[in-house]
Amino acid sequence: MSPSPNKHRAAVLGTGQTHHRSKRPDVSMAGLCREAVDRALADAGLELTDIDAIVVGKAPDLFEGVMMPELYLADALGAGGKPLLRVHTAGSVGGATGVVAASLVQAGLHRRVLAVAFEKQSESNAMWALSIMPPFSMPLLAGAGGYFAPHVRSYIRRSGAPTHVGALVAVKDRRNGARNPYAHLRQPDITLESVQASPMLWDPVRYDETCPSSDGACAVVIGDQAAAEAVAHPVAWIRATSMRTEPTMFSGKDNVNPRAGADAAAALWAAAGISRPIDEIDVAEIYVPFSWFEPMWLENLGFAGPGEGWKLTEAGETEIGGIIPINPSGGVLCSNPIGASGLLRFAESAMQVMGKAGEHQVAGARTALGHAYGGGSQYFSMWVVADTPD
Amino acid sequence: MTTPLSAPLEISFDYTRSLGPVLSQFMTGLAQRRILGSRGADGRVYVPPAEYDPVTFSPPEELVPVGPEGTVLTWSWQPEPREGQPLDYPFAWALIRLDGADTAMLHAVDAGAAAAMQTGMRVRPRWAQERSGHIRDITCFEPAGNEADGPAAAETGAVVPEENRDAVTMITTPVRLRYQHTASAEESRYLRALKEGKVIGQRCPACGKVYVPPRGACPVDGVPTTTDVELPDTGIVTTFCVVNVPFQGQRIPSPYVAASVLLDGADIAFQHLILGCEPDEVRMGLRVRAVWKPPEEWGTTSENISHFEPTGEPDAPYESYARHL
Amino acid sequence: MRDVAVIGFAEAPNVRQTDGTTNGVEMLVPIFRQIFDQTGLTREDVGFWCSGSSDYLAGRAFSFVSAVDAIGAFPPVMESHVEMDAAFALYEAWVKVLTGEADIALAYGFGKSSAGDLRRVLALQLDPYVLAPLWPDSISIAALQARLGLDKGLWTERAMAEVAVRSRAAAASNPDAQLSGAVTADELLARPFVADPLRAHDCAPVTDGAAVVIIAAGDRASDLCERPAWITGFEHRIDSGQLGARDLTSSASAASAGAAAGASGVEVAELHAPFTHQELILTGALELPDATRISPSGGALAGNAMFAAGLARIGHAARQIFSGSAGRALGHATSGPALQQNLVCVMEAR
Repeated sequence: MSPSPNKHRAAVLGTGQTHHRSKRPDVSMAGLCREAVDRALADAGLELTDIDAIVVGKAPDLFEGVMMPELYLADALGAGGKPLLRVHTAGSVGGATGVVAASLVQAGLHRRVLAVAFEKQSESNAMWALSIMPPFSMPLLAGAGGYFAPHVRSYIRRSGAPTHVGALVAVKDRRNGARNPYAHLRQPDITLESVQASPMLWDPVRYDETCPSSDGACAVVIGDQAAAEAVAHPVAWIRATSMRTEPTMFSGKDNVNPRAGADAAAALWAAAGISRPIDEIDVAEIYVPFSWFEPMWLENLGFAGPGEGWKLTEAGETEIGGIIPINPSGGVLCSNPIGASGLLRFAESAMQVMGKAGEHQVAGARTALGHAYGGGSQYFSMWVVADTPD
Repeated sequence: MTTPLSAPLEISFDYTRSLGPVLSQFMTGLAQRRILGSRGADGRVYVPPAEYDPVTFSPPEELVPVGPEGTVLTWSWQPEPREGQPLDYPFAWALIRLDGADTAMLHAVDAGAAAAMQTGMRVRPRWAQERSGHIRDITCFEPAGNEADGPAAAETGAVVPEENRDAVTMITTPVRLRYQHTASAEESRYLRALKEGKVIGQRCPACGKVYVPPRGACPVDGVPTTTDVELPDTGIVTTFCVVNVPFQGQRIPSPYVAASVLLDGADIAFQHLILGCEPDEVRMGLRVRAVWKPPEEWGTTSENISHFEPTGEPDAPYESYARHL
Repeated sequence: MRDVAVIGFAEAPNVRQTDGTTNGVEMLVPIFRQIFDQTGLTREDVGFWCSGSSDYLAGRAFSFVSAVDAIGAFPPVMESHVEMDAAFALYEAWVKVLTGEADIALAYGFGKSSAGDLRRVLALQLDPYVLAPLWPDSISIAALQARLGLDKGLWTERAMAEVAVRSRAAAASNPDAQLSGAVTADELLARPFVADPLRAHDCAPVTDGAAVVIIAAGDRASDLCERPAWITGFEHRIDSGQLGARDLTSSASAASAGAAAGASGVEVAELHAPFTHQELILTGALELPDATRISPSGGALAGNAMFAAGLARIGHAARQIFSGSAGRALGHATSGPALQQNLVCVMEAR
């Protein structure tokens, strides 16, 4: 798909991420960001001085108790004298960071843009931050799990999926995480039985089907065509991006198959010239914080028809080696620094088409999807990357 | 014409921050009554140390001792100190360039009065008795030249031998903020009606849907919802989960059922608690009714309804609520 | 590069305190109606929405999420958010239009500063290890900057007071301003310090408010607006967060943003200066000659709706072009303590 007259070509030149852990007591917030940034620059063969603009993404400031942390981070990110933006679209923010950074290059404004997303949520407590209720409200909120578990129940009811499907996703993702040196949770010996024996947290979602709380950061360097041609290694061309939003709550909202996600995906496939995602996408890194979101998003994204997503999971087709590998990195179920998780999906999709995914590489991956969502299933951002520009 | 309801909201947490190698040295130094700066690639000495040099973006090569005395480059007066500030009586803020530093650090100066402050004056740190490796190990600065105090001088600018302290790697910074939270006009009407034992929803003039609790604008049309609709306190459970996990700030003992309750006549469900049966008896489609607290306990809050309980009626058919999922 | 113009602007009355919520919906719904009436557009015409706001102003994580109710975002819309002044949201929107993914974009910002203790909350913008734990409030930081300039002879207390006098006089013609009226420098200088060397008039008021701007590309702009304010330069830069390591009496980032955006030759400059001495720093940094009309709306000193005031400066500058009062104008926005980050948008009539 050739770019519109207004849109310049953009490519991922390099990616980097931290070792994600429940706590990173060895670094400050700046140090956490720089670990990812330095790896991304090394991956791209560049220095901070080569960067023309920076986009920072992070979820609520309350997690770290720092208001507008890009102000404090300006020196650490080499942003002095440069343009610096900070985006915040709840959990999808990492994806929005990638999309905004890509837009800066696609608009022809900059040659090389650095996207950085991070969360050092061990400085507070994520569940506390997500459960703060204002006055007059019923204090029912039980974090993200308590919010999404009822919708998982709705999916199971609507699709008739067998109840072990969620556990299958957990097994796959945690075993994939064991192939990823940066993953927070790496569980090569996890089994279906062990997942099903783990405590039920928000029925029907179990402990082992739930994302961890992680400290971590991700960085991606995006460049224009000249910058891409100047590097000595394969790049990941950004074929298309899309973002859609719908309200958190409204009468008639479909919480299982949100329209904003479906619309974003349809726009993405159209822009990327893809008519059958399951055939034309070689690997997808999608935002699965609770295991059942894998089959739900397979349907929402158009890899499977309504009510059919769980069949791909059950048949093993979302494993590395299946027809649509999902989250070979281990995904959000293995590492969840909330602000960074979306950008990690975008970065991992780029790593796949660059051939840089090491032990979790999907052989021959040439076209990949990166996806993020946030809020009450309301913000969706995604991109398609490939090893050729069009 | 009544004013909207408002109530205080406090956000409070003791943040635990890991320092990383550069700041760890700085904070450990403070616990030892030493102030360290970082030497940048251009030879400038930054105080406090720059974790990443603003010019080269690299970590510093070395940290060097500075001060303890310094010069006030600029100051301002704080006549009414706020919560959390270094002193609880009037003091000066100042940018202080410590001897040997090229940049200034910001701290408080206990000068007694604004008239005692001037640009160019010399100051020295007053160390806290108990030091943990924190910027507050310096309680404040004070004018240098008060040599008269005997024992106090030992706590201030005089050079002290290095004390053995374990490296400080973390600091705790409490953040407590108070807000006045205001409910929207629509929510206020809903809450006031709850005080009277009524549930009031609002209809959107554009799409006709009834929202409960009401919102400032219909999320689909972006227009304020205008017509009050009194709703019965019965309805169904559309979907739910059973919460087993304890968390900070939790007020309901687990396990409890958090359900989406669709009241009869409403077009959107809201979250509430289900009691009056075992959690494993709760089903999608379960007919429920509100159980109110005793009227004398009613306030302007959703908590007037203590919980919902099963009515015993047959479950609503799936098709009747499928589009609310 | 596509031609993009500002074609509409509306702002909520800047007031000390609204009865509304911190999610801004009550302030936004009326000004969305106003801007759609102004331009003849509907929400379905907007190809991209972008907002600016801060959770910490509201004391709520995800406070911007409820603001989306004011949009009527169903069917779903292309939308984004920056946790910065909405002038930066406008920048993101402009970038989107440049890529061709939208032809018409809307940026909005809102802030209910009255909900909390603003000057104390802003201490959390500072270095979290060595500064924020001391809770230096925003007015004290600005006061330190003011004295540096006074000591160097770069400005005087009287010159600062004159800025306030001009701001209030100019604001008399702005129905949405919070502070306006005739006052003399002598009267102002007779009042006590609030944070020596700053007096009350040197500081922007605490304001609840909101603002919205619409931009459009090429022919659409010409169809929708008689005199579109064509964006000829749109740049932003940031300086170090280390207060003691940079020259606070000048603003390198404002200077470089202004130079890159092509600020010279503007007849009007709407400056987002929440302190009187900062207006003096900015006129110097942007190299604005004395003949330049500064902040005819009254500027931030007449009303400073956090996270909307910068966007409002761009809107007011655009209005000068809409009305034919100026052929070339700029709107400026700042973020962070002591003018750490600065954005300049230069617009002209054709």
